[in-house]
Amino acid sequence: MTEATKYTFKDFASDQEVRWCPGCDDYVILRSMQKALPEMDVKKEEVVFISGIGCSSRFPYYMDTYGMHGIHGRAPAIASGVKLANPDLSVWVITGDGDSLAIGGNHFIHVLRRNLNLNVILFNNEIYGLTKGQFSPTSLIGQKTKTSPYGNTQPPFSPGELALGAQARFFARIGGNTPKEMTQLFIEAEKFQGTSLIEVLQNCVIFNDGCFTKYTDKAVRADKQIHLEHNKPMIFGKDRDKGLVLNGLKLDVVTLGKNGVTESDLLVHDAKEPDPTLHSMLVRLEYPLATGIIRAVDELTFEAREEALTKEVSANSKFNKVDDLFFSGETYEVK
Amino acid sequence: MTTTIKNPQPEILENVVIRFVGDSGDGMQLTGMQFTDTSAMFGNDVATFPNYPSEIRAPQGSLYGVSGFQVHIGSVEISTPGEDLDLLVCMNPAALKTNLSALKAGHTIIIDTDSFTKKNLEKALYASNPLEDGSLNNYRVIEVAMTSLTKESLKELQGLDNKSVTRSKNMFALGMVYWMYDRDMNHTLDFFAKKFSKKPIIAEANSKVLKTGYFFAETLELIPNSFTISPSKMPKGTYRIINGNQATAWGFLAAAEKSGLELFLGSYPITPASDILHELVKHKHFGVKAFQAEDEIAGVTSAIGASFAGDFAITTTSGPGLALKGEAIGLAMILELPLVIVNVQRGGPSTGLPTKTEQSDLFQAMYGRNGESPLIVIAASTPADCFDWAYEAARLTLEHMTPVLLLTDGYIANGSEPWKIKTIKDMPSITHKQVKGGNPEKWNVYDRDAVTLAREWAIPGTKGFEHRVGGLEKDKTTGNVSYVPENHEYMTNIRAEKVERVQNSIPDLTTDFNEKGDLLVVGWGGTFGSLHSATKQLSDEGYKIGHVHFNYINPFPKNSEEIFSKFKKIVVCELNNGQLSSILRGKFPDIEFSQYNKIQGLPFGASELTQKFKTLIK
Repeated sequence: MTEATKYTFKDFASDQEVRWCPGCDDYVILRSMQKALPEMDVKKEEVVFISGIGCSSRFPYYMDTYGMHGIHGRAPAIASGVKLANPDLSVWVITGDGDSLAIGGNHFIHVLRRNLNLNVILFNNEIYGLTKGQFSPTSLIGQKTKTSPYGNTQPPFSPGELALGAQARFFARIGGNTPKEMTQLFIEAEKFQGTSLIEVLQNCVIFNDGCFTKYTDKAVRADKQIHLEHNKPMIFGKDRDKGLVLNGLKLDVVTLGKNGVTESDLLVHDAKEPDPTLHSMLVRLEYPLATGIIRAVDELTFEAREEALTKEVSANSKFNKVDDLFFSGETYEVK
Repeated sequence: MTTTIKNPQPEILENVVIRFVGDSGDGMQLTGMQFTDTSAMFGNDVATFPNYPSEIRAPQGSLYGVSGFQVHIGSVEISTPGEDLDLLVCMNPAALKTNLSALKAGHTIIIDTDSFTKKNLEKALYASNPLEDGSLNNYRVIEVAMTSLTKESLKELQGLDNKSVTRSKNMFALGMVYWMYDRDMNHTLDFFAKKFSKKPIIAEANSKVLKTGYFFAETLELIPNSFTISPSKMPKGTYRIINGNQATAWGFLAAAEKSGLELFLGSYPITPASDILHELVKHKHFGVKAFQAEDEIAGVTSAIGASFAGDFAITTTSGPGLALKGEAIGLAMILELPLVIVNVQRGGPSTGLPTKTEQSDLFQAMYGRNGESPLIVIAASTPADCFDWAYEAARLTLEHMTPVLLLTDGYIANGSEPWKIKTIKDMPSITHKQVKGGNPEKWNVYDRDAVTLAREWAIPGTKGFEHRVGGLEKDKTTGNVSYVPENHEYMTNIRAEKVERVQNSIPDLTTDFNEKGDLLVVGWGGTFGSLHSATKQLSDEGYKIGHVHFNYINPFPKNSEEIFSKFKKIVVCELNNGQLSSILRGKFPDIEFSQYNKIQGLPFGASELTQKFKTLIK
């Protein structure tokens, strides 16, 4: 039994009053995280939450761990510094769709590219909440917001597609109203060695209420989502009778038992496949919406590459102390 | 080759200024550095300044593709790379055209005549050949067919391609200059042997051409005599030639080792600061984490993250980069975390003059953030003292728990001079504020040291000290978010007072040459050498003139006003439109400051300064 398993979720709740709007999915994410941490092999003092700006970014204040509420969009860069300074830490980036995909887009793609062993939770609510309702980079075409009163004319990013394009090794997606699955995803993200990105479809009750209801509502969830599991056939539906097959360059939904389709005809999810083609298709799929771990490809982390290189350079270096460097090479005496 | 007897008694000079100029591919920087190192090892004081175009490979022979390296050597104290040239070594017409005006009348130009072709003359926009039209009559011109002589000397060397042959002509020029100034060739010969140990044929070619140039000059009747510059009287010790960027990087290495912390650099390439990054990426063996980030903002924010996690963190940049980092520096300031920001200033605004020097970022350093966000601001003044000021920046930020902005500039960053090597044990101690145990129940994030007002630095991994910090205003004790009006005013004031209290841990200013008198020359940062030598000259002539130079700018040393009060007139000299003057007037409203400013991307020249000072004294 490791020391970490002794914690309960209360150990991770700070004394600060939580100030999100009543009914916000952010509460679900917070509680899921507080429940997930005791299940991870980490010590409380080694956990660090770094956030940017936005509703989601208040998150670190509510966690009784080390934390920093940074500046808009920069959390991945701050977190990279934390991780490089001390690779033993469990580092979590808390960000939203505006924070990570608009003002912080550059840091978002580069943190994924580098593959430091840290976790990014993207609270996607397709709107700017804290600034009171402007469209975000994930808002839909036609969406009416404070800054698009006649409908949004800027096409949205798909966070998952952007992430895969930026070479994300780990991408998962989860509805903001499924705490059990979310907790499990957080645990899996921490286990994964590399940058883990989790997109949470987070309902904003004030400015974009119901934006994901067609996928996340309890009544339709089982029929509209496919919760992917590695090495398992791609089955979904309330009656577990639907599945995915590859038809040319497209994913098709089929019904088990119809036209002779059996479970063995279905695709089997391989999250570890380095080729992102199928993962891309799953990310883009609108019916059913793919949730769970879509991609989890093992690759050397940035800090592991750095550490190996540092060892090698140190072993071959003639410098132990800076004095050795200062007196090396072209020096001369004045007598 | 016939041997001639070397002039047994070279003429002795006190100092000499030489400029090597050619096309950006002609190897002028290497040539200049070799002459510098050789002279320094001989015992001269030296100062150098490279001058190269921002185009990496500008069209050959063009005016804007000219690259130059100036070196000033002396048996006396040398504090600038010099102004008027005693010798100009010129590899093509464009170099002649762009540099001739710096040469003293009657002094010497060495010219590679092979490069004075019709095509090159046209590229340099010469209507007629200056070698033939009499326009060089006021100078002593030594015309040498350097390219052909170089080719001739290498014709028997098998396996050498044409490009390598032509490229070594700079060594012919260097050989000639070595003879003229009575220098030993051994240092450069050793350099070739080492540098080209895997390409012995290149080493041999360069060595051969160097010697050929040397013997050519010796034999040449056009050069009537050689000169020598005796060793200068520098303090005893072990020296090396160092430029400002290298010294800055090494100062941080020293501070990291002395403080027992690992050094983290978050940076993004930018001229003229990149060399600090280039230097620090080499030193993984010292635990240095030099992180080339995706942009300037990630450079500083990664450093803030590293600082939060317990590293000694720095970020390096130049003016435009500092503008991008502004918001994040404000974050570091309100978090009260240690962080050093280095701004190697260049000509601005906007992209401005990337390869030229200027001091126009002082306002940005002082005020370039939203809200009330004072920083400790200090400036280095010579290439070698960048080491000390980088070290001091580290000491201040780690002991006072607030960011320090260190200003250098392109002139001292790329200029070089002898550095009397310091050892770690001789450096002042650095006591950082990291929490090492204790009772977390009795600890608050924003508890302060009674003397310095610095808070303690509890880093992730320290059990029981878990806490949150952020860019929102925070409660004066717990660090929790606070919108209480009085608390905000209290925190604003205490962050400012913390910077003010740095006055207690810095030395008083001292005045050079005269402690009272008719004129006080005031400067800051990289203009030290020019102001020092101009003031010295007038002081030697009997003028009651003193020089005071600011390295600590925020806060100013305690005795600043007292020093000002001892002179009848004060002139603040800056390579900007009067930024320090303006700050001084705000701080010392009863004192009258006159100004001397220059915004040409160039350092001050001694004669413009002495002229101005004389007018003011009258």
